[in-house]
Amino acid sequence: MLLTTAVALPALAQDNNVTDDEVNEIARDVYCPVCESTPLDVCQTQACADWRELIRTKLAEGQSKQEIFDYFGRQYGDGVLANPPRRGISLVMLWILPVVVILLGALLFSVAMRRLSAVPASAEGTAVFTDAPAVQTKQNTPLAADDYLTRIEDELGKKDE
Amino acid sequence: MTQTPVPAETGKAGGIRWGTVLLWASLLTLLALLGWALIRTNATRPEAGQPAPDFDIEFFDGYTWQDMPAANLSDMRGNVVVLNFWAAWCVECRLEAELIENAWRQYQNDDVIFLGVAYADVEPNSIAYMKEFGISYPNGPDLGTDISDSYEITGVPETFFIGKDGVIGHVQIGPLNETMLNGVIQRLLQEGG
Repeated sequence: MLLTTAVALPALAQDNNVTDDEVNEIARDVYCPVCESTPLDVCQTQACADWRELIRTKLAEGQSKQEIFDYFGRQYGDGVLANPPRRGISLVMLWILPVVVILLGALLFSVAMRRLSAVPASAEGTAVFTDAPAVQTKQNTPLAADDYLTRIEDELGKKDE
Repeated sequence: MTQTPVPAETGKAGGIRWGTVLLWASLLTLLALLGWALIRTNATRPEAGQPAPDFDIEFFDGYTWQDMPAANLSDMRGNVVVLNFWAAWCVECRLEAELIENAWRQYQNDDVIFLGVAYADVEPNSIAYMKEFGISYPNGPDLGTDISDSYEITGVPETFFIGKDGVIGHVQIGPLNETMLNGVIQRLLQEGG
């Protein structure tokens, strides 16, 4: 890839009334077109220097922060904006997809919880006999569960010995 | 004594389990969105032998093609198109600027169109650059980076040589040189398409 940026080009007319801080307040929410994911305010490339000067010029012209963001989005694509407008792929990736993921997660969680809470009932259903006398268990514990506990206790007893 | 086991769970036989339907629908939606995002992220640059993606371009003030201030690549079918991505902040672009302008002057009557696309550039700087190198062939900004996105360029300069049939004949990453430039144009002119 041949991206080089070390040349000084005729810069836009610099307006001394606009401070670097004012420029950087906008520049930090715009990404460099050359270096991936690098905000404009910290990027050292010539492309970013040009863009910062463009911001300065537009501020000097009296344009608002939003107007400048809109200009950059229109001119260079929404991909250069840290907070892209809700349209196109930005709408899908930043808004629809997270909502779908959260809803899906909530749904999966609720299904999992319902299944977990259904396990004892299921065990009971398979084990209990409709006419089984209550005295068969100590505390009305289902037979299978009781039997299972007995076996566990037996095993533990063997270990203790 | 007969003992009849009670079924563990009485299912809703024949009923639609809306929860399951919703779960699967959500899962499929998520997979579709992820697939779409993956395809977009992993889109690769169109190479030689593939059709050149179509695009619209509005030229800088004072630049035209067939006296029109805007054009579409498909309108240029039947010509060899040399599509050059450049920027005023790009050092390597300066190495080839004069060469491209000279080639344009040499081939402009031979069914060859040179088309410059200024990538991520500030317009006054682009205009100053074109003035500096006396560039006269049609040039325009890459509005919204739509053109560079569809060609998946990784930097500038990059040049796509498109045959008369609209198929990419060669992709040059980095500056052009005279031998290569003439060689590719001649080959594409001979291939016809």
